Amino acid sequence: MDAFILCAVEQGVMTLTLNRPDRLNSFNDVMHQQLAECLKQAERDDSVRCLLITGAGRGFCAGQDLNDRNVDPLGNAPDLGMSVENFYNPLVRRLAALPKPVIAAVNGVAAGAGATLALGCDMVIAARSVNFIMAFSKLGLIPDCGGTWFLPRVAGRARALGLALMGDKLSAEQALQWGMIWQVVDDEQLADTALTLARHLAAQPTYGLGLIKQAMLAAETNTLDEQLTLERDYQRLAGRSPDYREGVSAFLAKRPPQFSGKSS
Amino acid sequence: MSELLITQHDRVLLLTLNRPQARNALNNALLLQLAEALEAAAQDADIGACVITGDERFFAAGADLNEMADNDLVATLNDTRPQLWARIDACKKPLIAAVNGYALGAGCELALLCDIVMAGDNARFGLPEITLGIMPGAGGTQRLIRSVGKSLASKMVLSGESIDAQRALQAGLVSDICPPALTVEYAVKLATTVAGRSPLALQAAKQALRQSQEVSLHAGLQLERQLFTLLAATDDRAEGIAAFREKRTPTFKGR
Repeated sequence: MDAFILCAVEQGVMTLTLNRPDRLNSFNDVMHQQLAECLKQAERDDSVRCLLITGAGRGFCAGQDLNDRNVDPLGNAPDLGMSVENFYNPLVRRLAALPKPVIAAVNGVAAGAGATLALGCDMVIAARSVNFIMAFSKLGLIPDCGGTWFLPRVAGRARALGLALMGDKLSAEQALQWGMIWQVVDDEQLADTALTLARHLAAQPTYGLGLIKQAMLAAETNTLDEQLTLERDYQRLAGRSPDYREGVSAFLAKRPPQFSGKSS
Repeated sequence: MSELLITQHDRVLLLTLNRPQARNALNNALLLQLAEALEAAAQDADIGACVITGDERFFAAGADLNEMADNDLVATLNDTRPQLWARIDACKKPLIAAVNGYALGAGCELALLCDIVMAGDNARFGLPEITLGIMPGAGGTQRLIRSVGKSLASKMVLSGESIDAQRALQAGLVSDICPPALTVEYAVKLATTVAGRSPLALQAAKQALRQSQEVSLHAGLQLERQLFTLLAATDDRAEGIAAFREKRTPTFKGR
């Protein structure tokens, strides 16, 4: 079978490369299934402490492969809800719930679900020449893969609506200026910069980082009061982790910490 | 290793379902142990409240299908299981379920039987009996509808679909949600608070709460007043009110 996802684990970093370069790494069902298998491994394997997602070739991901969506004008309407429910929604949920940092290294065009997928990652680094394209509205569709949730949160309501309604391109520089992504680097530096960041994160207190991620996610729906309660609970758990002890003792001894990433 | 781990934390009895190989399925032996542990606790003045829990992934994933599969109509008619449930339900002391992970079928029914349910945010509640061609047989159709209302209860019982902790909280099945790693700790903490109250007042209040599910509002109010009046004859009532007025912590003696 074709390997539409390349998966390599090294020094605590699982690198997932979307690999249909001739189709700008656009999603089909098999690619979704292969990605789901890799995520299962990332969830279960404690030695994986950071996830890095990038694309093979000149694109990051062009979203859904429209060759699979060729609509027969005489036939019944396709049920796009089915592919959202079976593939995109579980993917977004699992990346959000993964108690480890997820980095998107956006190496080339990110369109449709490819763009919203990147925005759903914890940290986004983009090559300078990259464009994010919210192409959905031009096909009469809505931004899926978490798009309508992430966009207003990363770009603000006015920009999110403008982007989504116009379906325009957004340059990496503009996305950075708007605070939608973490960093822009020259194209040839992207791979190195992203890998360095991923390896750094993979050596950090993973359990604590996972709690930070879950807390930020919960904050999107919690009241201040509820969030303060959650902070108490998570800090209680974090304070019991071996990495907290290690962090404090390394700080006091003025030596570099050796984090295990474990909860207990 | 026993299938029911029993530990005591001050005045709180913690009962931990421990059949990990069977996802804490509630077979007759385990129900019997639960009933016996609760009956022993009822006689023990040093225990004020009980907490029932499972592990981080399963509270209890149902009844033991192997036990049930071969029971024909006659065997089911004469099953001892309803009596085991009745013995657990007869527990007079406050019962708190600390639910992490799956509480399905009999596991959900056990949680429903408890006075308070605290849940980890990974908890799921469901009555999937219908998917097996049977139906809930230990209170699932009765207690669920009383806590979450007709529509959601019917949806769960008729479809067999489960709900998550958040939905259970909204619906009133659960009183609190917390991270799974803290559920038991927080349940024991609440149980410790409860166990510090007057034992007779707890018993009377629990009885009144239970009766609200049994009788009309009018009869319930009368019973409530009778129980309230009964407490007027206790030493603990005098102590409780005196301590409040003297701004000190009461010392209850269960008399």
